[in-house]
Amino acid sequence: MENGFSSPRSDVFPVGLRVLVVDDDPTWLKILEKMLKKCSYEVTTCCLAREALSLLRERKDGYDIVISDVNMPDMDGFKLLEHVGLEMDLPVIMMSVDGETSRVMKGVQHGACDYLLKPIRMKELRNIWQHVLRKKIQEGRDIEGHDVFEGLQILRNGSDRYDDSQFLRVEELFSVRKRKDVDKYEEKEFGETCSTKKARVVWSVDLHQKFVEAVNQIGFDKVGPKKILDLMNVPWLTRENVASHLQKYRLYLSRLQKENDPKACFVVGMKQTDSSLKDGDGNFSVCSSLGVPQTDVTNSSFSFLGDNFLHNVDSIGCEADRKRVVQEQTSEPKRAAATELIKTRCTHMKFNNSFASVESEGKLVACYPWVEAPQMKLKQESKPHQVQINQLPSVSSISSGRSATEKDKGSSIESKDCSQQMVHLNPPKPPTDSFSGKAKSFNEINDHFEPISTATAPLGVKNQNVIDLSSISTDLGSGFPFSSFDEDLQGYLIQDGCYPKNLEQIIEFPDYGDPGIFTEGPTHLYDAMRFGYEYSYDPTEYPVIDEGLFIA
Amino acid sequence: MEKTQLRRQLANIRQSLFDQGFLDEQFVQLEELQDDANPNFVEEIVTLYYRDSSRLIVSIEQALQKSPLDFNKLDALMHQFKGSSSSIGAKKVKAECTQLREYCRAGSGDGCLRTFQQLKKEYTTLRKKLEAYFQLARQAGPIDSACRPK
Repeated sequence: MENGFSSPRSDVFPVGLRVLVVDDDPTWLKILEKMLKKCSYEVTTCCLAREALSLLRERKDGYDIVISDVNMPDMDGFKLLEHVGLEMDLPVIMMSVDGETSRVMKGVQHGACDYLLKPIRMKELRNIWQHVLRKKIQEGRDIEGHDVFEGLQILRNGSDRYDDSQFLRVEELFSVRKRKDVDKYEEKEFGETCSTKKARVVWSVDLHQKFVEAVNQIGFDKVGPKKILDLMNVPWLTRENVASHLQKYRLYLSRLQKENDPKACFVVGMKQTDSSLKDGDGNFSVCSSLGVPQTDVTNSSFSFLGDNFLHNVDSIGCEADRKRVVQEQTSEPKRAAATELIKTRCTHMKFNNSFASVESEGKLVACYPWVEAPQMKLKQESKPHQVQINQLPSVSSISSGRSATEKDKGSSIESKDCSQQMVHLNPPKPPTDSFSGKAKSFNEINDHFEPISTATAPLGVKNQNVIDLSSISTDLGSGFPFSSFDEDLQGYLIQDGCYPKNLEQIIEFPDYGDPGIFTEGPTHLYDAMRFGYEYSYDPTEYPVIDEGLFIA
Repeated sequence: MEKTQLRRQLANIRQSLFDQGFLDEQFVQLEELQDDANPNFVEEIVTLYYRDSSRLIVSIEQALQKSPLDFNKLDALMHQFKGSSSSIGAKKVKAECTQLREYCRAGSGDGCLRTFQQLKKEYTTLRKKLEAYFQLARQAGPIDSACRPK
């Protein structure tokens, strides 16, 4: 991936790692430049976030990693972080003199690979190459959705607890796939993408373009692998290829959306076993607003960026804590929160739901994907490029089979803030309408699922992480401000301790827009989960997404 | 030799800066970054810091003159100032920044004003000490004979 600006390192990695440093403080900029040069990295500095973005856009493959300060005059560091993650999918490290947990958490939630405290030591900078490596590995896994899924299945079935180390998981997955490939991968130069290693479909720009065109033609809400495949008219491409790519695409979009509306991001992941509905083995992240007494925030990374996402999804199970943290948004009007439903054990199944963020109101709202959905729609209207997608039913599809559609709708639809070049989603209208219908269904759903509807420990979620669910229901009607993404507000739900237990099943929330789904009852949950992969095939409503988004 | 004496003097001054809490570990980091490619690195950084932060000081003073005080803005400025000061390891200055931020959060205008005076004092004191230090370093050091950029 070379565009001529700066060639990939010809020396041994990580020598020559191309770093872009962004900081408005000239003193720090100079210091960091010197430090990075001492690490034998190739450094580019700039003091404005916008400048950084344009540099990055100019040379998409010109940098390996970005280090940015959190506080900058022209653009919030978190926003830059999102943009970079979205558009370039590069690892981003945040820096600040402020080490407050909430800030750090916000950084992680927005997708930062790391958060360094100033004054920064040289040794901290020496290690940044690890993030580059990790990202590449994740990308490789993303592309190979099938394998990953299978790997996850195996992992899921095989283990009860999860190691905190993501790397370990990565390796586990790799071992599922093919050990030698992984080793080879890690050793080689990072000039190539992982996907070329295996005999897999390489989603080139052209191919992806076709894909996106097909998706747009069909209509994002109706998209499904088969339809896309037919439209694309690429003989050697299989339905599975398209399906896994579609999944990734959705995730990508949802990540965008999430980034656009940081406030509104809720990460929800649900894992449930058969009995989970009743005995609470299931883990799901409930989005809670500030009020939630979240004590552990271990893997907030779980909510982020697509690629990280996969990574995180894996770790969701093992991450004991998932918290949804609502960032301080006192000054912000209520905004719709993008809720992301993440299926923990199924990488390909990621739901991203945006839920209205409660933070602005300082309310504690447990965000259950299906519950939140209606709210989201309410606010979506305010921002056209908002996630209508989010609102889409990312609730896990409980119903067997249709899960795909439902979920799909919700998940990758999230679009990022279109202000830049991102995806331009259709105006929120459709979702809005659908939401009104959905809103009601949620209540039905709430009723239907007893464990879920209780405020305290639905699905076995630990109490502390579950904010009053009933309040959510009531809030549904209140019209959460589901405005456009508020970068500051990004809440990710982090579940506390629920995950590791039973990862056998992941509950997918069905498209809440379809009340019928919920009435099917919990039993469908497991089925849906099992076939998680399948449900992605049936699109329901997808807003059209601008192709530009997904260019690698 | 004169140079040896100078160097010894230099070392003492340097040590006292640390002992008295004016500088912290970050300063050492800067020193370690100094090499043949950048023989005056530390001095350059300090100069840059004082140049940049003097603008900040002005902004903070202006903000402190407003009535009522905009604590959020003040806090933001102080955050910036703190970050900047951490770059050279200005320990006491940093501590005053933290204190000022506390007062901002508490909404105490008096506290802010008082602390700012204190901060300016530390800031200026450190500046003088470092100026003297670098001047001596130039005399004592074999290579650094360049004029200090102003």
